[in-house]
Amino acid sequence: MRDFLEFEKPLKEIEERIEKLTKSGPEKKSVQRLLRMLKSRLTKKELEVYGNLTSWQITQIARHPQRPSILEFVDSFCQDFIELHGDRTFGDDRAIVGGFATFQGRSLCVIGHEKGQGVKDRVRRNFGMPNPEGYRKALRLMKLAEKFNRPIVTFIDTPGAYPGVGAEERGQAEAIARNLFVMARLKVPIVAVITGEGGSGGALALGVADRVLMFEHAIYSVISPEGCAAILWEDTTKAPEAASALKMTGGELLKLGIIDEVIPEPLGGAHREVEVTAQRLAKSLSTHLSQLEAQTGDKLVTARYEKFSRMTALAPVSPLDTDHPDTN
Amino acid sequence: MAWFQKPTSSDPEKGKLKIVEGMWLKCTFCRGTIYRKEVERSFKVCPKCGYHFPLSANERIDLLMDLGTFQEWDSELMPDDPLTFVDSQPYPARLQVSQGNTGRKDAIVIGDGRIKGRLIALGVFDFRFMGGSMGSVVGEKICRAINRALEARTPFLLVTASGGARMQEGTLSLMQMAKTAASIARLDEARVPFLSLLTDPTFGGVTASVAMLGDVILAEPKALIGFAGPRVIELTIKQRLPDGFQRAEFLLEHGMIDAIVPRPHLKDTIDTLLNHLSPR
Repeated sequence: MRDFLEFEKPLKEIEERIEKLTKSGPEKKSVQRLLRMLKSRLTKKELEVYGNLTSWQITQIARHPQRPSILEFVDSFCQDFIELHGDRTFGDDRAIVGGFATFQGRSLCVIGHEKGQGVKDRVRRNFGMPNPEGYRKALRLMKLAEKFNRPIVTFIDTPGAYPGVGAEERGQAEAIARNLFVMARLKVPIVAVITGEGGSGGALALGVADRVLMFEHAIYSVISPEGCAAILWEDTTKAPEAASALKMTGGELLKLGIIDEVIPEPLGGAHREVEVTAQRLAKSLSTHLSQLEAQTGDKLVTARYEKFSRMTALAPVSPLDTDHPDTN
Repeated sequence: MAWFQKPTSSDPEKGKLKIVEGMWLKCTFCRGTIYRKEVERSFKVCPKCGYHFPLSANERIDLLMDLGTFQEWDSELMPDDPLTFVDSQPYPARLQVSQGNTGRKDAIVIGDGRIKGRLIALGVFDFRFMGGSMGSVVGEKICRAINRALEARTPFLLVTASGGARMQEGTLSLMQMAKTAASIARLDEARVPFLSLLTDPTFGGVTASVAMLGDVILAEPKALIGFAGPRVIELTIKQRLPDGFQRAEFLLEHGMIDAIVPRPHLKDTIDTLLNHLSPR
């Protein structure tokens, strides 16, 4: 049985009835008729529920406990994956996994947040919230990829970088800043995919890429809707309002020029058909990597710099507003 | 006229220094009663406990730059409202309040000027403007200052005071981190020195991008500097934070910054550093 989100309750009832009937003896004609009726009602209801999702509902899908992650995607469309561990300075952060894998005949470096599956694994992975050593491991692997001229694909899915005492002591801010700085100049293709939650600086630290792709029900934001509601509305129950105000879904970010492509998901979310989702991602990755691999490292770096430089929103300057010397 | 000779009655930050009958001030840190003229003469540092009171961007520029050498760039750059963001009030309304209070279009001043005769490019955050938060204009102005430093091969000094990224510009403000870091990376490749001076407070997306990327990172005494705010950390770990956590002294202890420089020595220290780092 899958996990149902709050807003999926109407679907849960129908699905449970279908399951019960299917078990009880589907050979009877009356049962079959009832099943057909329920299934068509389910399809209709699904379109109704999923057809017009709010930003807050999308946030819940992005955070779904069964949301596919880097390990499932790599398992689906890569071969010979070998995970590499540790930052060579402090430790190995399980909130980020990285290594090399074969994708359509080429070796590439894969790095991503991993929230884990099941309580034990999730705790071990700190629910996908990295400490500085996670980012430094990622950095080490990215430099390794550049050294051996391998493209990099990152999978972003984190509530954010971990806000803890140790994280501050070991330089969380520096670790993130260093990744942005180095990624901006790496002379190999970089494709970033926001698969679930793109939580602020902790997400961006894997996100300075030539192409930034995003799943239909993923989010990418400067702050969580709950955090934003707490600060600006001084009321965490306003998270749904904050979610929509922050414009953090794929379609909205595509319009703002922050991401390059939205990858459609199966109805109801990626977790409902992981393999279909993975194949769509593989197809998109294949296209982007082929395009990027045709370019020289220098050209990639220049284009990447220009791409991020364009991300700005300035008001038009009125002709009356001339530059005046600063007066106190 | 130098900032310390100006009447403080026009200083919008006077609320920080509690005034006791005109001549005397009360230090917000040690609560000691201090003679106003003495504080002003000592660069707004408490003579009793050494606490560094916040400086406005103009005061900071007057403190660092040779008299009359600072020329501001791009002061006309105006923030937009790309998300048409409304919380308890619309973003443009919040901007208007800050613009009225500070006389600036956004939370940073950039320009060039001389430190002991040497031309440098300078950026100074203005914390009074929406907590010095970094949105498109702040990010853009930092990059423009860097680009001019790159062209003219003049060192770049950035003085930070910021709560982090500006939420009202959403993911676009997050991208200013990538954008400024990418510009700094170009400066780095060109071997043009970049000094970062962290002042109280410097947090979030500003710390986690341009601020921590200095060739040399300096901080003012007791400045609060970090990634996550102390309240967020306390809520996460459900414990009280130790005394001195995230102060400049704590960062120095943990190897995150190069030096803590008291205000009266700032100009000399920067000059000496640039002597060491400038191309021969």
